[in-house]
Amino acid sequence: MADGLFEAMRRSVEEGDVAAAEATARTAVDEGLDPLEAIESGYVPGLSCVGEGFASGELYLPDMVLAAKAMKAAMSVLEPEMKRRGATRSVVGKVVLGTVKGDIHEIGKNLVGTMLSASGFEVHDLGVDVPLDRFADVAGEVGADIVGVSALLTTTMTNQRAVIDTLTSRGLRPTVKVIVGGAPVTQAWADEIGADGYSEDAVGAVTLARRLVGA
Amino acid sequence: MATAINPIVNPRLRVQVLDDEEIQRIHTATLEVIESAGVRFPSSRALDIWAANGARVDRDTGVVRAPGALIEDALRRAPAEYTLAARDPSQDLPLDGRHVYAGTDGCGIEVVDVETGELRRSTYRDVADIARVADALEEVAFHWVAVSAQDRPAESRGLHELAAIWRNSTKHVQTESVVTEREARAAVEMAAAVAGGRERLRERPVLSLMECTTSPLGQDGGAIDAGLVAAEAGVPVGFMTMASCAFTGPVSRAGTLVVGNAEVISALALMQLAYPGCPVYYAAAQTAMDLRSGAYTGGGPEDFVFGAATNALADFYHVPLSMGAFATGAHEPDWQAGLENGLSMLLASAVGSDMLLGVGLLNGSRIWSYEQLLLDCEIYALVRESLKGVEVNDETLALDVIRTVGPGGDFLAEPHTRRHMRELWQPRFLDRRPHGTWLAADDRARDWARARAQALLAEHRPEPLDDVTAGTLAEIIARVEANAGVAAGVGST
Ligand code: B12
Repeated sequence: MADGLFEAMRRSVEEGDVAAAEATARTAVDEGLDPLEAIESGYVPGLSCVGEGFASGELYLPDMVLAAKAMKAAMSVLEPEMKRRGATRSVVGKVVLGTVKGDIHEIGKNLVGTMLSASGFEVHDLGVDVPLDRFADVAGEVGADIVGVSALLTTTMTNQRAVIDTLTSRGLRPTVKVIVGGAPVTQAWADEIGADGYSEDAVGAVTLARRLVGA
Repeated sequence: MATAINPIVNPRLRVQVLDDEEIQRIHTATLEVIESAGVRFPSSRALDIWAANGARVDRDTGVVRAPGALIEDALRRAPAEYTLAARDPSQDLPLDGRHVYAGTDGCGIEVVDVETGELRRSTYRDVADIARVADALEEVAFHWVAVSAQDRPAESRGLHELAAIWRNSTKHVQTESVVTEREARAAVEMAAAVAGGRERLRERPVLSLMECTTSPLGQDGGAIDAGLVAAEAGVPVGFMTMASCAFTGPVSRAGTLVVGNAEVISALALMQLAYPGCPVYYAAAQTAMDLRSGAYTGGGPEDFVFGAATNALADFYHVPLSMGAFATGAHEPDWQAGLENGLSMLLASAVGSDMLLGVGLLNGSRIWSYEQLLLDCEIYALVRESLKGVEVNDETLALDVIRTVGPGGDFLAEPHTRRHMRELWQPRFLDRRPHGTWLAADDRARDWARARAQALLAEHRPEPLDDVTAGTLAEIIARVEANAGVAAGVGST
């Protein structure tokens, strides 16, 4: 019985079918299935399959984003049940992500967030034009492993340094690693401001984040 | 003496991508979108203006839903024609629908050093040098701020960049790096100093502003406020959509045109509601996202068609168009750069776009290359000559000469040939040498382009800005810096 349901869960993610993902999650809850098992045996294999297809170039970005959306929909149905049972899902790492103050470019940052969540990270997306203190505030609150700072403008990239400085002055470094990216950002800049890593695209950001948390 | 600008005039080749009915459908769909989904204006000033004119305004989300008639009425107030003034009046640019002008591309981040070939962060000096070289080129009609002056404080950078260009060129300046009300006020003041006062500036706008919209269906609050400052002063302002198929716009071309059109015409309408009759223009650089990386591609069939289609829309609204052309995604001046920039330039010109942006940047508007600048100018010249079409009159039909030469023989020694031979186009950067010569020389058009840039950098002396005006510009910048708390001296020009 559960095998058929797991299969349907996997397919819902692979096909990016949000309604089916929610429906299968609800069935799992109604039938008293362990939500953690539903995630690991049902939805995660679907997401991994899409992730592999995307990495090999067979699938496109919309496939990936839809799969992540379906996964998220299923999670929001399962989460209350997990809370009720006192179960927590182990995550690869916690990431606080945002575009710095003065900057409203969000496309690249969103992609990085999507790919990180799809790879098992818990992502706290602060949005765009984020006040510099907020990165440290939220990193402290959620116990982040990584803070990701996006900047697309030469006028705002200096704020990446400021974010690192606040994290340092709050004593959050070096436990919290900082990764940076965006059009004007280079490895040299990342080194200059003392960031722990830089990537020029979302796939590289995942590799980088995994390396930093030792996954 | 200022270099005469040699623009495309009255292109004879004409391309039509949308018929009247299709344009009307896109327009109607756009009005429906503005009225139903709405457009976000995160500016309290803008929301007040919309509310005062009867639009539905949601103060919490900043979304404005305006009836179609309000948009149409407002757009009718926009002037169809006006002139972008230059410091030297012989370089004025009438936006009259008959000309196609090219400007430099803008806001590059790195520069391929013209001497060492190394890639490095852009500085104030680069802004000045590029302006000086562009000043000498007949294909470049006006400037954008080609790269960012990253060695100047962020608070006043956009102003230093303007000063650098005015000090190094007499041509019109259109800035795309002034995106806040505060900077816009200072920029207008600087422009007034260059033009000779506020009233003179209104008559002779030596500056224009280019602001971005935020697809889908949004505006940047700072950009809108900056635009209102320009509109009040009679400084032309345009709004550019960069909607990207499948990401910030629908996957379909028509859908992405509708989304971008809603952003642009709602911003232009707002300017007209605030300052009826102020000079505005439509600006666009739509593309299709790269399906693998989500990147803004900047070059590809969708871009080329958008260039042509958007001009049809701007014509429909009777406003000038500034169109994203050139701006290849290529990493160096190569096959891809030539192909993308050639085709985007050709299509955007064959429909008569008024302004084309822009020459000189690589890698999706990130890396400045002097080689690319000169090669782009070659593309412009080639297209300009192509678009002249065929002139038919007694002199060009050349019946007398044809009779004289008769069957066989040649036209080499005919006076008619000598009279007109210089009208044939001569390339500067196309390699037409015999193969053996090419092999032996072991150089490329890129090398010639770099040599030409080096020569211009060494030799070209633009008409300087008088000391008094230059001093005034520096004072305005210093005041802005003092108010912003920038340490004295850091920002000295
Ligand atoms: C689309 C775009 C916009 C859109 C943004 C829409 C949106 N909702 O985000 C709009 C039109 C609103 C816009 C506005 C402006 N823009 Co803009 N924009 C671009 C453009 C063309 C593409 C950016 C993009 O989305 N790329 C696609 C994504 C997928 O790539 P990405 O952002 O680079 O992200 C990838 C990597 O960088 C990396 N990454 C990104 N963030 C992070 C974070 C971490 C932690 C890591 C590890 C990795 C990482 O991974 C991402 C995924 O692969 C770039 C040019 C370019 N080619 O980059 C200019 C560009 C960034 N913009 C520029 C400018 C100047 C502006 C404006 C000032 C223009 C104006 N006159 O209004 C305004 C600024 C507004 C503001 N206050 O922020 C300049 C900046 C140059 C400079 N000198 O500073 C650029 C380079 C273009 C140019 N030369 O003019 N822009």
